[in-house]
Amino acid sequence: MQITLLYFARLREQFGTGSETAALPAEVKTLGELVAWLRARGGAWASELAEGRAYRLAVNQDMADPTTALKDGDEVAIFPPVTGG
Amino acid sequence: MKISVQTAAFDLNAEVAALYAANPKVGAVASFLGLVRDVNAGDGVTALTLEHYPGMTEKALARIVEEAQARWDILDCTVIHRVGELKPTEPIVLVAVASSHRQDAFAACAFIMDYLKTQAPFWKKEMTPDGERWVEARESDEAAAARWRE
Repeated sequence: MQITLLYFARLREQFGTGSETAALPAEVKTLGELVAWLRARGGAWASELAEGRAYRLAVNQDMADPTTALKDGDEVAIFPPVTGG
Repeated sequence: MKISVQTAAFDLNAEVAALYAANPKVGAVASFLGLVRDVNAGDGVTALTLEHYPGMTEKALARIVEEAQARWDILDCTVIHRVGELKPTEPIVLVAVASSHRQDAFAACAFIMDYLKTQAPFWKKEMTPDGERWVEARESDEAAAARWRE
């Protein structure tokens, strides 16, 4: 399964990129499993996505939670809690 | 309904007038104008940079307005949010709601702002004399949005 990943604000800066295309291993089927897979990259990925850190998830431009199932071609975004207005 | 995410400034009077000028059923317009302050968390702020998630931002704002329409009697509504670099005293956001009566206009305007603050993907970065920093989300904003779900 291939997905597009987008990062915004502090996470974009910490990860050093705003977007990437990722080919996911077969065992990554949900958003929560995707975050765990990214965390295993270590460095900023491990620290920014650590348990207890505040971040938000969206799939195809709708807010989503870790139980959300992923499918081929999804646009997944990870970003800090929003601060507009 | 008008939803716009833009770098350009907007004209408050023109935006409000557009909500009622062609509709004699409008008896009330409530509006909220959000501005860049020159201080936050005890430090001077010389400028703000607003980042957003193009595509999701417009979708999230449209959903918030739809929910407000389901709850209150709204005749028209405008939401404008600026992005890019802004200086203190510059307007950031406008929410204006037109209704037959003031109660619906006031409530819907407050609801849209409270949801925008917690659901729409915008992020502020502040420039201070000590350098730049991302603004942290406030629990008081989550609480303000949560009161509409009670």
